[in-house]
Amino acid sequence: MNEELKELYQQVIIDHNKNPRNFRKIELPSHHSEGFNPLCGDHVYIYLDVANGVIRDISFEGNGCAISKSSASIMTAELKGKTLEEAEVLFQKFHELVTGKLTDEEEIEKLGKLSIFQGVRDFPVRVKCASLPWHTLHAALHDQQTAVSTE
Amino acid sequence: MTERNPLTVKPLMDIDKIRKDFPVLHQSVHGKPLVYLDNAATTQKPNSVIEAISEYYRLYNSNIHRGVHQLSQKATDEYEAARQKVQRYLNANSTKEVIFLRGTSEAVNLVMNTYGRTNIKAGDEIIISEMEHHSNIVPWQMLAQQTGAVLRVIPMNDKGELLMEEFKNLLNEKTKFVSVVHASNTLGTENPVKEITGLAHEVGAKVMVDGAQAVQHFKVDVQDIGCDFYAFSGHKLYGPTGVGVLWGREELLIAMPPWQGGGDMILSVTFEKTIYNGLPNKFEAGTPNISGAIGLGHAIDYVTALGIDNIHEHERDLYRYMEQKFLEIQGVSLVGSAAKKGSVFSFTIDGVHPHDVGTILDMEGIAIRTGHMCTQPVMKHFGVPALSRASIGLYNNYEDIDCAAEAIKKAAEFFS
Ligand SMILES: Cc1ncc(COP(=O)(O)O)c(C=O)c1O
Repeated sequence: MNEELKELYQQVIIDHNKNPRNFRKIELPSHHSEGFNPLCGDHVYIYLDVANGVIRDISFEGNGCAISKSSASIMTAELKGKTLEEAEVLFQKFHELVTGKLTDEEEIEKLGKLSIFQGVRDFPVRVKCASLPWHTLHAALHDQQTAVSTE
Repeated sequence: MTERNPLTVKPLMDIDKIRKDFPVLHQSVHGKPLVYLDNAATTQKPNSVIEAISEYYRLYNSNIHRGVHQLSQKATDEYEAARQKVQRYLNANSTKEVIFLRGTSEAVNLVMNTYGRTNIKAGDEIIISEMEHHSNIVPWQMLAQQTGAVLRVIPMNDKGELLMEEFKNLLNEKTKFVSVVHASNTLGTENPVKEITGLAHEVGAKVMVDGAQAVQHFKVDVQDIGCDFYAFSGHKLYGPTGVGVLWGREELLIAMPPWQGGGDMILSVTFEKTIYNGLPNKFEAGTPNISGAIGLGHAIDYVTALGIDNIHEHERDLYRYMEQKFLEIQGVSLVGSAAKKGSVFSFTIDGVHPHDVGTILDMEGIAIRTGHMCTQPVMKHFGVPALSRASIGLYNNYEDIDCAAEAIKKAAEFFS
């Protein structure tokens, strides 16, 4: 396995892929949305329970590659308890991270666990995999109940 | 490595020599020698094809069917020579039956728009199969929606074989059209198109065959099949992209209205009335892909010189080896195990998503396809969101398969 691949598929990613966190449905969610990548068939549902501007619970279902599944898993783990404003900032930062626009090491470090997706920037075709759950989250929070697509 | 004993049996094809004809094959990808196993998506081009295209632009680029000057004459001759090569390759009756288009998708769309719109009415039935490529589903769905015709689907079993009894049950006097794939791009299944045609003709339905995955692998004789329309894409037959062929029975093509209007498809135009050109020009409005058609002609020459039967045998031997090697890998399952199948190995690896398989193989220099392969109903049948697919071309060798097997093993172990 070469270095770039190890960077892409870090142990944490492999682990979240095998044992995804918050992989369930929320009954009666305050927000939810469905995301789809027609290119590879990745399919994700994001459910949220938001009250007073705070994400009290967040979960996901669906199927996809290791990158998209672990991205969804880590996203839900990171966002639980965050305010909607904080979530919005992380959405922007994550996008900059995986597209290689976020280069400031300090800023990257601040992203904590999310920073392990940095390796994705060397695999342009996989950026959509990592960002699909986030786009779906964004659609859910902005009340787009129709399916979002990466295409 | 192979069952063939090199001392007693002369190899059908000298693969080392053949590989020299394909410049793309000789490069490194991510520091590894390229192993190209995505031939069902598109094939690489031999030097003779690349040269023919380049020669057209360097030496006699000009428009066809219109100039009296030397270059135009030469371009027209070469373009029409390509048509003749296609005619012979498919054993068509006449060059009038060979229409150059952009590819298989455009051929289906032409037939749908012309034959379909004039002959298929509300309540009529169109039959396709469960293993069709989207390009042989969506146009018929559009026609059904617009006309009120009904789309019926021949189901398949879990090996990826069409259920012929079910097909017979679907046929009735309302069946006006049957369109089926000759060889499946996802499952490799080779369908009994001659039998399908015979049965469809008994109820008076016309038959179209999608040959996009057939003509590059085995001998196709449209008169023997007996079908009414046959389509293929140049780029999957070692020719360029942007050119393909619709073959149709002359009497049907004559009766069909044109699809696109424009230059070349007319005899005379006044504001009151246009008289259409004869076949095949009636269906070739506008300046066609001249270099593409010429390139395709040279691709056919290349394949013919090697012998399509030799290619078939080489690919069959290699496929057997691939199947055996890949299935030895822990966690690998084959999707598509029809008794009669070609050189396509679609598979899943337990616990590993195809997209990840594709990335890992790419880093090893191996090109395969991952995804739904434009056959989402097939994905649905097998209950998978996507598949990985290795598909063989005439230049693949046993080392290619060994490399791919090694990389697939790595991917399976990495995620386990
Ligand atoms: C079986 C089959 N039919 C149709 C097509 C469409 O061919 P094209 O994209 O060249 O029009 C393909 C190509 O992927 C195919 O494999």
